[in-house]
Formats: sequence, structure tokens, C-alpha cells
Amino acid sequence: MKLLFDGVSRSALILLALFFAALLLAPMVANDYVLVVLVTILYFAYAGQCWNIMMGFAGQLSLGHALYIGLGAYVTAALYVKFGISPWIGLFPALAISGAVGAVIGFLAFRFGVSGVYFAILTIAFAEFARIGFDHFTWVGGSGGFFLPVANYTQNDFFNLRGSQKMFYYILLAMTVGAFILCHLLLRSRAGYYWLAIRESPEAAEALGINIFRYKMYAVVLSAALTSLGGVIFAFFYNNLFPEQVFHISRSIELILGPIIGGVGTLFGPIVGAFLLTGLAESLREIMLRLGVDLPGVKQVFYGICLLLVVMFLPDGVWPPLKKNSALIATLTERRADHGAPRSQRHFEKLQRSEGRAERHLRSAARKDRGPDWPERRRQDYMLQYDRGCL
Amino acid sequence: MTTEVVLKIAISGVLTGLVYGLMALGLSVIFGVVRVVNFAHGEMMTIAMYLVIVFFSALGLDPFIMLVPVSAVLFALGYLMQRAIINPFINRPEHSQFMLLVAVAIVMVNGLLLIFGPDSQGITTSYSFDSFDLGGVIIDAGKVYAAIAALIVAVALFSFFRLTLTGKAIRACADNYNGALVVGLDVKRLYSLTFGIGAACVGAAGTMLMIVTDVTPAIGPAYTLLAFVIVITGGLGSMPGAIVGGVLIGLTEALGGFFFTPSAKTMFSFAILVLVLPFRPQGIMGRKTA
Repeated sequence: MKLLFDGVSRSALILLALFFAALLLAPMVANDYVLVVLVTILYFAYAGQCWNIMMGFAGQLSLGHALYIGLGAYVTAALYVKFGISPWIGLFPALAISGAVGAVIGFLAFRFGVSGVYFAILTIAFAEFARIGFDHFTWVGGSGGFFLPVANYTQNDFFNLRGSQKMFYYILLAMTVGAFILCHLLLRSRAGYYWLAIRESPEAAEALGINIFRYKMYAVVLSAALTSLGGVIFAFFYNNLFPEQVFHISRSIELILGPIIGGVGTLFGPIVGAFLLTGLAESLREIMLRLGVDLPGVKQVFYGICLLLVVMFLPDGVWPPLKKNSALIATLTERRADHGAPRSQRHFEKLQRSEGRAERHLRSAARKDRGPDWPERRRQDYMLQYDRGCL
Repeated sequence: MTTEVVLKIAISGVLTGLVYGLMALGLSVIFGVVRVVNFAHGEMMTIAMYLVIVFFSALGLDPFIMLVPVSAVLFALGYLMQRAIINPFINRPEHSQFMLLVAVAIVMVNGLLLIFGPDSQGITTSYSFDSFDLGGVIIDAGKVYAAIAALIVAVALFSFFRLTLTGKAIRACADNYNGALVVGLDVKRLYSLTFGIGAACVGAAGTMLMIVTDVTPAIGPAYTLLAFVIVITGGLGSMPGAIVGGVLIGLTEALGGFFFTPSAKTMFSFAILVLVLPFRPQGIMGRKTA
């Protein structure tokens, strides 16, 4: 408990509590449509948070997270439909299988030094492999799809996850809050610091004695297992699964747009990103409806243009500048040193602020002429020293 | 009989693979020099393919004549893309570049959907149904012509990079960014040129591919993935690697589709990728880099 609240200012806690209360009360006033939108937002916020563990914390870019969503969805749905096993029990095998698949991918990649773009492509390859595999896996319907029985439920059957949208909303809210708290704690744990170190510079982390293979594996397995929980909800909320949709690369991209737009490696990024993107998509739909434009693709073109503008002008995502500029929000997350935070925390803040720019910052600092010491020497060799590191 | 069928399938796989290789060559050149992974690669190719359809229906030009204008248009597109939006992203982290190109890809796919509709479209040339008979092994004439054209374009590209001054300058940028700056090369312009050249490759590959297949707006991501698989199998940044990878993947998909089911054919190329990555991360022809 102390670890949870330590260094978080009171005003931040109050704001968070207000935000949480608003989310808790939202279903009372929201109509069905708004509720579905909110469920979508929470789903993306949760999945984005899980992806963020791998990319935002440990710096491993995964472009195949739909794989874990799909595995979670298919395993629990199959167990429920074929054997009548409750999803609350079925999620354990789902977690285990997703974690194991994550471990295999992680092992293949990290053991053999596959990283960066190559790692991203490897994750895509596995997701696509699964997509085509499930297309031919007739036991769960193959490409024809797998359906959960749907009826008009008068009463929520919580044990079998059958019921109204409100129930799913609250489950997802609990999951999102849980993931948020977990990430918050993780960032303050030993593993969290190790991950940030690995993200910033794997070589330096290894030189300091961090077992980077092991900690990268932890990140992948944890992220994979948690993501599959999102898949469980996906399956029982939508009641139909098609490999073409569930495992498709566009699903993976959809999942990670939120955290990237919101701010990679930040706790609020995935949540802010999910609200913004789903809100954007829905409002575009609404605007097109009002204008009477009913052409396929119009909405997505505007969506793409908005994404383009955000990436171009907010390189770190929406959240970091928001956090920096707004005094109100600054108090929300800024763990100030004068609040008696331990020294390590201030260091952590610095790490967190760097958002992967530490290296570039160092480089730009080196470009500045630092005075008269060895000017000739510096001029001649720094160009070569600060090689771009990619050749 | 069966050997002949298998041989026919294998040869047609290799021929298609050569065209795929040309497409992947574009990606490889772009990555090798600019160090940006073009996630809108397949989408750019669909643009080229639709250009072919437009030129074909408006002017009735043969695809081999269209090779030049389509490549030129794609060159311009690539040049402008790099100039306007990608150059500022060169020093940004990978996920940021990825986002940018995904956004570009979304706009491209849906722009095409908006203009041309979701239906599959194709062209029919005078030699669409011709074939060669090599002692019982029957091969589509269109595929042979397409593969030959792809090879010619690839050879032209190799000689451009080997023999011309601009080509050497571009290779210098790829070998040592800071060194290129020091000797006074306009790296930004060369990057734009490179992206244009990569895009022109895609344009040529797209034109050739129209001879053998149809196009829908939604096919883009599949080609992007295919190009990735080929390039990584062959060696990212290696030009011969892209062609070798293309042939290997083309052959694998053709045989996989024949011996198992056609819908599962891409699974085999991903399996190859998964096998190649851990054991030879730099690809079959790739140089070992730090």
C-alpha cells in the first residue's frame, strides 16, 4: 500500500479518484450506444497497457499482439462451448498458453539476438502463422468462424460471462484499473528499473550485470499473458471469432495505436490514447452520418490523416506534453522531490522523462561547442564518434 | 505426369518470385540506405497497380510500355513522401516511424477504396492466355515476360548503384552517414532519391504483377508482409538477397499451395522466416552487422 501511494501527490489522488468515480457512474447515464463505445475504449486501454509493458517499459516492439488476444479468446471460448467450462476457469489455460507462446517467441528472438525491426517482424510472423493456422483448424470452426451461443439474457450470469453490456463494462473497468495499478507498481519494482535500463541501452544494462535475457523474457511473458485476458473478454462480448479478424495484422496495429498516440512508456498513455482514438473514430462516424457522406473509406482517410498529424507534431504522444504543460495534470503525476520522495525516485523520473531520447540528448549536447578545450580535436573526431549506430 | 505438374508449379513459383523479389528490392534499398522500414510498401504497390488499370483502360497501353510512366509516378510519390514527411523522422525511434508509415498506409488503402471501390480489378492483355510448352511443362507466357522484365529492372538498378556517381553517393550514405556528411553530400536529397528509387521498383513490380494477378485496395498489407518476409529471409539491406529471397518465397508458396491447400501457402513463407531469423538473423545474403 505504501509503495502504491508513495510519492503520489494528494491532488493527483483526488483527481484520479474523481476520474474513477466518473467511470463508475457512467453506465447510469449512458445509453446503449455510449456504453458500447465505453466498453471499446476500456478494452483498448487495457490491451494497450499490456502492450506497453513490453514496448514502453522493456523496449521490445511487438507488432503481433493480436496473437495473444486471439489465443485468449479461442482457448476460453472453445473450453466454454465444447466442454461447458466457465471462462473464469478457462482463463487459466488461456493465460498459460499465451504466456508459453510469448516465451517461445521471446526465446527465439532474445536467445539469438533478434531485436528492433527484426523482432517486430518475427512477432508479425507468429501472428500471421496463427491466423492461417486457425483458418484451417476446423475443430473451432476454421475460417467459417467460431460462435458462442447468444440468447436474450434477463439476468447476468457472471460465472459464465453471459449478460448485459454493463457487466462487461464493469469487468473491463476493473481490469483496466488493475492493469494500471500493476504497471504503476512494476515501474517501481526492481524489474521495472531493469526494464527501463534495458530499453535505454541494452549494452549498458548488460554491462551493469542485469540479466537482460531473463528480464526481456519476463516482459514478454507477462505482456502476453495479460493481453490474453483482454481476448477472453473480446470473445464473450462479441460472441463470434473469425481468424481473419481476430489475428489479422490490422488488429495488432489497432491495439498499439492507442499507447503510441497516448505516449509510449507512460502509465496514462494507453488510457488517453484509447479515449482519443475511439472518440475520434466515433465522432468521424457521426460527422459523416450528419453530412450524409456514405462512401467506404472516407472515415478511415480522415482517421489516417489525424494519426499522421499527431505523430508528426507530437513525437512523444499526447500525454507527455499534456503532463508538462498543464499545471493541473502536472500535480497529478509529478512525483516531486520535495514531497519527500526517495532519491531513487527522482532518478526514475529522469529515466521516465527521457522517453528514449536520452541518447539523442547526449548527442546534441556533444554537438555544442563546450569551450576552448581541445577544439580542433573535438571538431575532427566527434563526427566519427557519434556514429548513428546503425551501420 | 506428376513431375511435370510439380515442375510447372515450381517454375511458375520462381517466375512470380522474381517479381516479388523486385518489390522486395525496393524495400531493401530503402531500408539499406534510409534505415526506415517502409510499412506502406504494399500499399504503394497497390497504388501502382491501380495506375496500371487506369492507364490500361484509358489508353490501352501494354503493361511493358506502362512500366516507365508508372515507375516515374511512383518515383515522384516516393521522393515527395521522403522529402515531406519521412525526412523529419529519420532520427526518431522505430515505433514513431512505424506509426507514421502506418498512418500513410491507412490513408492510401482507404483513398484507393474511395476512388476505385472494393471490387477486384484486373487487366487482360493479348498474351494473357498464351503459354510456352517446354517438353510437356506448360508455363504462362505472361509470367515469363514479367519475370524477365523484373530481372532487367533489377539489373538496371544494380548497375545504377555500382556505376553511376549518384549511385555511389547513395551507397556512401548507407555505409557511413557522418562520413557522407563530411565529404559534403546532400544526404537529405539522396535519401529522397533513394526512397523514390525504392518506390519506382515497387511501381515496376506492381506493373508486372498486374499481368499475372488482380488487385483490390485491401491487398496492400498482404504485400507489405510478403515484402518483409522476403527481405528478411534474403537479408535486409542486401540487394541480391531480396531477389534470392523473392525466388525462395515464391517457390515455397507455389509448392506449399500445391502440396497442401492454397489458402495455407503464406504459412510456409512465415515458417521459413521463423526458421531463418534465429539461425541467420542477418538473412541468407545479409552482411553481419553490429
